[in-house]
Amino acid sequence: MTLLAEADRGSGVSGTALRPDALRISGLDVSYRVRGRSRPVLRGLDIAIPAGGTFGLVGESGCGKSTAAMAAMRYLPRNGRTDAGRILVGGRDVTALPAAALRDLRRHSVSMVYQDPGRALNPTIRIGAQVAEIYGLDGAGPEEARARALAMLGRVRIADPASVMERYPHQLSGGMQQRVVIAMALAVRRELIVLDEPTTGLDATVEAEVLDLVETLRRENGTAVLFIGHNLEVIARMCAEVGVLYAGRLVEQGPTRAVLANPRHPYTVGLLRCLPRRGLDRRRERLDTIPGFLPTAATAPAGCVFAPRCGLARDVCRADPPPLIPLGDGRSSRCHFHAEAPHLPRNAPAQAPAAPADRAADAPLLAVTGLNMTFRQGRQAVQALRDIDLSVRPGETLGLVGESGSGKSTLARILLGLTVPDADSRLALDGEALLPLGRRRDLAAIQMVFQNPDSALNRAHPIGRIIGRALAKLAGLGGAARRERMLALTRGVQLADAYLAAKPRQLSGGLKQRVAIARAFAGRPRLIVCDEPTSALDVSVQAAILNLLADLQAEQGVSYLFISHDLAVVRYVSDRIAVLYLGRLMEIGPADRVFAGPHHPYTEVLLSASPGPDGAVKRVPLSGEIPSAVDPPSGCVFHTRCPRRIGPICDTEEPPLSPRQDGHAIRCHLDSADLGRETAP
Amino acid sequence: MLGLLLRRLPYAAVTLFILSLLVFAGGQLLPGDVGRAVLGPLADPRAVAALNHQLGADRPALVQYGEWIGRFVRGDMSQSFAFRAPVAPFVGAALWNSLKLGGVAFTLVVPLGILGGIVAALNRGRLLDRAIVLVGLSATVVPEFVSGIVLILVFGIGLKLFPISATPPPGAGAAVQLYYLVLPAIPLVFIVFGYIARMARAGTVEALDSDYARTAVLKGLPRRDVVMRHVLRNALLPTITVVASQTGYLVGGLVVIETLFHYQGIGSLIYTAARGHDFPMLEAGIMTVGVIYVLSTLAADMLLAALNPRIRAGGRA
Repeated sequence: MTLLAEADRGSGVSGTALRPDALRISGLDVSYRVRGRSRPVLRGLDIAIPAGGTFGLVGESGCGKSTAAMAAMRYLPRNGRTDAGRILVGGRDVTALPAAALRDLRRHSVSMVYQDPGRALNPTIRIGAQVAEIYGLDGAGPEEARARALAMLGRVRIADPASVMERYPHQLSGGMQQRVVIAMALAVRRELIVLDEPTTGLDATVEAEVLDLVETLRRENGTAVLFIGHNLEVIARMCAEVGVLYAGRLVEQGPTRAVLANPRHPYTVGLLRCLPRRGLDRRRERLDTIPGFLPTAATAPAGCVFAPRCGLARDVCRADPPPLIPLGDGRSSRCHFHAEAPHLPRNAPAQAPAAPADRAADAPLLAVTGLNMTFRQGRQAVQALRDIDLSVRPGETLGLVGESGSGKSTLARILLGLTVPDADSRLALDGEALLPLGRRRDLAAIQMVFQNPDSALNRAHPIGRIIGRALAKLAGLGGAARRERMLALTRGVQLADAYLAAKPRQLSGGLKQRVAIARAFAGRPRLIVCDEPTSALDVSVQAAILNLLADLQAEQGVSYLFISHDLAVVRYVSDRIAVLYLGRLMEIGPADRVFAGPHHPYTEVLLSASPGPDGAVKRVPLSGEIPSAVDPPSGCVFHTRCPRRIGPICDTEEPPLSPRQDGHAIRCHLDSADLGRETAP
Repeated sequence: MLGLLLRRLPYAAVTLFILSLLVFAGGQLLPGDVGRAVLGPLADPRAVAALNHQLGADRPALVQYGEWIGRFVRGDMSQSFAFRAPVAPFVGAALWNSLKLGGVAFTLVVPLGILGGIVAALNRGRLLDRAIVLVGLSATVVPEFVSGIVLILVFGIGLKLFPISATPPPGAGAAVQLYYLVLPAIPLVFIVFGYIARMARAGTVEALDSDYARTAVLKGLPRRDVVMRHVLRNALLPTITVVASQTGYLVGGLVVIETLFHYQGIGSLIYTAARGHDFPMLEAGIMTVGVIYVLSTLAADMLLAALNPRIRAGGRA
């Protein structure tokens, strides 16, 4: 893996020799009491962040990373307990501070940015008052507090801060809400800010902006950062140092660049291999996965916590827990065989399943021509989709990308027949007109896999009944035939038979998504709409699900419409890619062509917003928010935010979706020669 | 706000319309022969027919309803069978009495219930919390005639601290009236306290556990400010609906208490009218209670909207 270009950004602040560490956690044990029993969550955690330093704590859900963040703020859940260890913020032990001193610490020294900004802001208090409150605590009078709040909102690059002051949180977009939270966190100069997954749930373009903003303000203030995340790209961009957390233990730690380029713990190695890297194609190579599950307190092994899932584990691993072994250069690894970690054997075979013959020449399975979708909102007509032409061939994956509000979900709903498009739209599946749900004859042909398997599965029913019902409805099966097909299906999605009797809540997110996939495949579908199927899952689970989808496709020749904001994932799974912006198709073409370019300026912006773990792409900033579909910009809808706008023609005339090369079409006035390309990694 | 009010008013009107149909059906159609019901089984059939004709009960139901509701809307609630006098003054006086009793109970129980709920939530899991929850629950399940009789026995007859009737001597001043209403109000407080405290507690617990309360704590706000500024407003929104639903009961549903304490409220008016086959009185009483319910619900909606910007925004769209 290539070196990380931006990983050393956080180390820029100098002259910090005399200041105490911004955060020093030593020997921290935290446990939760669950049903009267103590369940350890963190064990012997040691972290040191120098003043002005940046530290990323990564790990999958349940590893204890948010607990570490909350322990540092001394805001553990009611059943949480710090059993041992010390947490020093700027030299003061937060576990021992009396209430008044703790409040003082929170006012002046440490603050936090949260995962879900919409819920972190008080729904019944105006933005201005919520931000001004911080300055009030800092000793400012009401007038001064408001003035400083206004200035701070300007510093987090909120357009028209005076009007935002008067609004309530629900009137702001997710990105704006997070800016407000950041404004509150950085309102006064602090020693440490803790960012707990601050960009999860935001669009890639907004995420890039929010991260830039944090980085800028952090540098200006000389604030140290503890960054909690599951996304290695983001950590690489933000943090000089990284710690990998597994089952409550730090398993590897060191400078981010070195750790990600040359991991020395099998878990880190496995995590990195789960990521769909550039140049990887599902038709050629499967993603590697990590076997098994995160141990629970009850199943915690005696030796190394990772041993049950480790391809290198030997007897000594299962007997003796390894210490954190120093490797030099500030690195350490909790592995007896750290030198062998890079040679961890693969868990999933690399060989992709035999792909069916190239069917590019086949008649398209799905043909959409002149699709328009107009919603009525009061007296206004909102054009959610305009003039969409696209096709999906049998056995092909079409990736669909675009920010929230671009019309991706509307398109999915129309294909499923849940929303009826404007009268002149033509949709055909296998040459037959695609009717709305009520009049559709073959319901099984188009199915969907949702983002959140939690809410997509009926909580009251056991898995066997959920799949059985799909088989009855979509395949018309009953009795022994249904039972037989159900077992075949569940085995096909690698779900143990024992789970058929379980309820959804007893399953992990990945297992639930397997159930949802089995359900979608019940009636031998032709096209499956996958709406962000892995965005709620951990990377190791994501890799397994992406492999599964690829295997099923190779086996059954099903086509996918794959909606995602994760471009690395889209790139890995897609044969072709369509880019939507404000309901218009801006670009469509073969995946490698769309990525390599020349591509649409909007695609260029999207690509630069997620540079991938290699971090080689130069950022092209995207200004402002996506305009409202109620009143779309004249001319090219992207001209208000376009980094390559050529002139008045863009403001007045909408460019056609013009064919370029090899089935690649771009909606832009620029010639291919003037459009952006992907810089070589 | 005005937009929201205008959108809700038609719902209120429809609710009252449906209620009026039910009341009309129950009061005028179901008894079948109104004249027979009034005059009794031994009356002369000719007299019954004459009375039916005089009351208009021999005409088609739709015509009767139209005339009845038309007069009702204009404030003319027709004549009481029992008193041979217009119904409206009786209903008005009873309503006024009920409002007084309900008002005393309301001003006692709402602050008590909300405070109890908040205190319980702030001491979640501790002894005080359990005590408040337990007391609230027990008080709610004790029927008002039981607690009322116990109160009369202890404070009225035993200790002689309070009068055993709720009706003050004629011409009594406000203070004396209040004194007479304290004892009958207490069983109502018992019954309603549990509901309000439970909702207030649940809302406060939820708000205390919310992400925005976490934000407030981690800003370094003292606990008092976290609770007062950030928690309570959000916490008490659901409680408002419960308070509104209890308002209707406190004004119009007090048959037992009013009978027990010899009080001429709307509850005892309805009860007496029902026993005496005084259908116009019965209908007017029930419709009045219905109007009180609808108005208190409407007021709660408005109050919710005033406190919750999300609902308000919905009103504008």
